Amino acid sequence: MLNRTKSEKVFAIFNYLILSFAAFACLLPLLNVLAISFSSSAAAAAGYVKLWPVDFTLASYKYALGKSEFIRSFWVSVRRVMMGYAVNMIMTISVAYPLSKEKDTFRARNVYAWFFIITMMFSGGLIPTFMTVKSLGLLDSLWALVLPGAVPIFNVILLMNFFRGIPKEIEEAAYIDGATHWTTLFRIYLPLSLPSLATISLFVLVGHWNGWFDGMIYMNRPRNWPLQTYLRTILISPDVTNYQTSSEELAGMRQVSERTFKAAQVFLAAAPILAVYPFLQKYFMKGLVVGSVKG
Amino acid sequence: MVGKNKLRRELPLHILIIPGVILVFIFHYIPMFGIMMAFQKFVPAKGFWNSDWVGLDNFRYIFNMPNIWNVMWNTVYIAVMKIAANLVVPIVFALLLNEVRKNSFKRTIQTIIYFPHFLSWVILGGVLIDVLSPTSGIINQFLGIFGIDPIYFLGNAKWFPYTLVITNTWKEFGYNTIVYLAALTAIDPTLYEAAVVDGAGRWKQTWHITLPGILPIVTLMTVLSLGNVLNAGFDQVFNLYSPSVYSTGDVIDTMVYRIGMVEAQFSVSAAIGLFKSVISFVLVVISNKLANKYAGYRVF
Repeated sequence: MLNRTKSEKVFAIFNYLILSFAAFACLLPLLNVLAISFSSSAAAAAGYVKLWPVDFTLASYKYALGKSEFIRSFWVSVRRVMMGYAVNMIMTISVAYPLSKEKDTFRARNVYAWFFIITMMFSGGLIPTFMTVKSLGLLDSLWALVLPGAVPIFNVILLMNFFRGIPKEIEEAAYIDGATHWTTLFRIYLPLSLPSLATISLFVLVGHWNGWFDGMIYMNRPRNWPLQTYLRTILISPDVTNYQTSSEELAGMRQVSERTFKAAQVFLAAAPILAVYPFLQKYFMKGLVVGSVKG
Repeated sequence: MVGKNKLRRELPLHILIIPGVILVFIFHYIPMFGIMMAFQKFVPAKGFWNSDWVGLDNFRYIFNMPNIWNVMWNTVYIAVMKIAANLVVPIVFALLLNEVRKNSFKRTIQTIIYFPHFLSWVILGGVLIDVLSPTSGIINQFLGIFGIDPIYFLGNAKWFPYTLVITNTWKEFGYNTIVYLAALTAIDPTLYEAAVVDGAGRWKQTWHITLPGILPIVTLMTVLSLGNVLNAGFDQVFNLYSPSVYSTGDVIDTMVYRIGMVEAQFSVSAAIGLFKSVISFVLVVISNKLANKYAGYRVF
């Protein structure tokens, strides 16, 4: 744009400043706690730590990684994510494909569609759901964290809409060549839907990794807690007696305090998300809206 | 013969969808029937079939609870403030991002502001409890520079609802810009070219092209958010509140949890849950109808 006026230039500068400030404000609390996690207990207690570690030390991380409860719940979460991811992806694809068909190809389509939509609008609520899971004998089983949310309706709609955007002619041509629904799904639809599948993968992986409430209500034994449920007892409500860090235990470690130890665990729990986020974020940058708007 | 052929062609679709139907039936529809415990004096040992029926007693009980209207008010107050913030802030930032010419800068900002969305409220709870601490938190240290006395954001009942709204906006505003950015890129670029030819400056272009261009999606998001009037955000409230802020911070969902899971008053909890579900259902249906009428929106 050659003819940018002076006011437009001023606006551009302010715009860059505002956006930079907003991004900084997003990161500030995280950077502060990250810096604390790498600082010595004395520096953290004295309030010296701002955005850069003071008296750099890995002691808090070593201490956290040496705790058997932390490692055990980390492992529960890893297994949960793997099982949950497999179940969620299979269910999302197998529900989204039939629902993406028009009513004249799949006559029962709208009946099924309503069956799923209703669950988005009305739910039994906490206690009846809990009682159902309990009466199925799933308490303290990893399946209690996977099966109740096995069909993520939100993701089903995303994928269904993506499938609907694939030109019908491709499918018709394949059908005339004798392709079954299985061939069409695996050889045409899925390979064409990789961006959508990547977005859904991110949601599913993050959702399972971040899940804490189901672990809290369905897992009676602390040894079955996923990481976020365990962390809740450490970070949020340390009055829970099961897992309190004893102060004598901490006193033995000069460099570690309750505060630096908590900070280190926050980042150990966030690390897997930090690891997958950069690879998958470019897919949802393109924008996603659930549902569709005609014309 | 044609009918038979069609059935054979449809059969794989039924087979594909049935496992999902069964799982949804077990974990979503059975609990819906389980709601009948709201009309019982449910005792786990007796089960659904043998517990005594008490009619509307549980509902009479909850509407006589001293704090019920307070909790309702908290829920709506917090939820409505969140809805407003989640509409206005993302729209403003989407418009600002849209004016950025340098793509690398734009992408960096996007990457950063989307990120907090992907962290759980447990992790962010841990972060916020530290940074908002009145004694050692960096926020109060910063305010101290300006001579402001330490504020107990999470422990002071007066501050707590606003702390919830601000921290929720902090977590979600970036991610919520995505919808509007998508709408902005969908605006026909020839409209801008025509406007430039007609001598319109940037402000006029924004006013006459950009804003009308995203108006449908803004209407849609506003109408759809109506369904969230009773959702104050359980995960956030539950991980940040404490008994000292119950007066302004306790919401329906946290109350349902405490009465049901902690006090084991299953029927009372289910009754409050049902009350909320019914109102939410009506709101969602109305908002979807409106969205369909004004924006041509349909879920499926």
